[in-house]
Amino acid sequence: MAQPVSGDSAGQQPNPGAGHGATTPEAPTRRGTELVMLAFAALLVTGALMLVEANQEQQLTARIVYYGLAYLALFAVAHVAVRRFAPYADPLILPCVALLNGLGLVMIYRLDLAYDERAIQTGRDIEDAVPKQIMWTALALVLFLVVLTVVKDHRTLTKYGYTFGLVGLGLLALPAVLPAEFSEVNGAKVWVRLGSLSIQPGEFAKILLMVFFASFLVAKRDLFMAAGRRVLGIDLPRARDLGPILVAWAVSIAVLVAEKDLGSSLLFFGIVLVMLYVATERAVWVVAGLTLFAGGAFVAWSLFDHVRTRVDVWLDPFADYEHGGFQIAQGLFGFATGGVGGTGLGAGRPDVVPYANSDFITAAIGEELGFIGLAALLLVYTVLAMRGMRSALAVRDTFGKLLGGGLSFALIMQVFVVVGGVTKLIPLTGITAPFMSAGGSSLLANYILVALLLRISDAARRPTSSGGSKPRVAPKTPIAEAHTVMVERPS
Amino acid sequence: MQLTRAGFLALLWLFVLAALRVVRSDLYAASGLRVAMPGFRKGSAKKNRGKAARQLVVTHGALAGTRIALDGRPIMIGRADDSTLVLDDDYASTRHARIGLRGTDWYVEDLGSTNGTYLDRAKVTAPLRVPLGVPIRIGKTVIELRS
Repeated sequence: MAQPVSGDSAGQQPNPGAGHGATTPEAPTRRGTELVMLAFAALLVTGALMLVEANQEQQLTARIVYYGLAYLALFAVAHVAVRRFAPYADPLILPCVALLNGLGLVMIYRLDLAYDERAIQTGRDIEDAVPKQIMWTALALVLFLVVLTVVKDHRTLTKYGYTFGLVGLGLLALPAVLPAEFSEVNGAKVWVRLGSLSIQPGEFAKILLMVFFASFLVAKRDLFMAAGRRVLGIDLPRARDLGPILVAWAVSIAVLVAEKDLGSSLLFFGIVLVMLYVATERAVWVVAGLTLFAGGAFVAWSLFDHVRTRVDVWLDPFADYEHGGFQIAQGLFGFATGGVGGTGLGAGRPDVVPYANSDFITAAIGEELGFIGLAALLLVYTVLAMRGMRSALAVRDTFGKLLGGGLSFALIMQVFVVVGGVTKLIPLTGITAPFMSAGGSSLLANYILVALLLRISDAARRPTSSGGSKPRVAPKTPIAEAHTVMVERPS
Repeated sequence: MQLTRAGFLALLWLFVLAALRVVRSDLYAASGLRVAMPGFRKGSAKKNRGKAARQLVVTHGALAGTRIALDGRPIMIGRADDSTLVLDDDYASTRHARIGLRGTDWYVEDLGSTNGTYLDRAKVTAPLRVPLGVPIRIGKTVIELRS
């Protein structure tokens, strides 16, 4: 019943190494599957655009088809690059990204239409967000190609671990150091503004710091494994080994205080915790980290007004409906309007929510696609992160495992923080939904993240052919097909 | 209008299902249950029931819990990336040991490691036959063959 290579026999690329290794099945590169899925994603995006145009009573012309084809062409370039530079990369990562990004673009365009209408009514001019976002997408794909070509092997990144760490910290601290006029937008000091261009260096810092942390943990892993005293059946780590986690905690608290950015601080700390856990397999790090975080959060809550406002709004958005709670309340109304099936693309009114095209894009999607549509999109995110985790499991070197795990977790954590915030599960923190929200830095950074994930998955699935010195022992099966099965560890 | 709405949602889910289908086909390929060991459960198990080693299990060390199914090919153990069992252990050498099949028995052979390979308590200097369930110690890792 299982076809190892299903549905892509038509587009299957002939394998370059088909000459030798006749005993084992050839490793499928699965690039054909990727192309088919990409075309599917482009079809969906074109369909979504068509629905928006129809529902917004715009002219339905052949133009839409051109947009769809242009979109497909854009990702076809990325696909060709993957074919060339990472032929064994995971076939699902790129299509998932393409779908999310495309639907995000359609949604931003749809909100632009609504804002334009409102601009006509009120007589005020509102700048369209979608041309900018398309530019960012193209730029992000260029960056994606650059990363894919420059980083030929993810293990080379370990050499620059400390440099990356330093640069990352610098980027993270940059907005806090700059005067407010260059760095403050809507109360959060996380920007660097140069003329009309504004970027969030923290987004890039996140990736650099992950690389640093992965290489650091690989080098110093034994340190964290050393057990201290045993209390209540738990091996407590030695006090001096708590150093890194305390530093990470201090940095995330500093980000919280100096930049007033809840989202980044939560994300950063979460990533450090998970990477420590992945490296050491010891739950005590998670417990210690969560305790620290709870303590820090409580202190922040009692010291800072903006944190308290967020928490109050989270507890009851309708208590202060006119001011603080307006955004969340409107977002919830949006979800309620959408219900299970949604109002249909272009047929709802997601524009009444402030920042509907960036932080609250999930609310806009929840309104127009309903629970069914939003659930599908969340599943696409899950598939994306799952493929990343799977690559991390399959790749052989510890650095790749840690980095892959960290990157995938960062992706899904972003989704959790923003969707959790919008749906009132956790206090709202200003963070963008990866690939969907309007916002250049987040898009650029997430495309770099995906390029690294593709690189790791390529290494994980590539058959090991480099057994030049000992050809008889080099296993012919690719890693993805190596028969290693995890079982419960005997305790 | 309702039709397009439902149609789009259906297409969206179709995408998700297609993605999951790819995941599924990949899972079977990866587990090796169907690809690497065809007829494994029925055919070979009957011939020499309980006698032949069928898998290698890591019982101690960082990789504890890992199982590798034996299919006749030699198992390379060491820190080298192309080993069958890649050890991340300061006490293991790059190419530490080899476990290979001779006739019907598995033999462990030390490949000139720095810290040695131990079969039960004995240091492995020449290829030694590995009985089922006898621990082989390499650095901090202990493995054994099981049926």
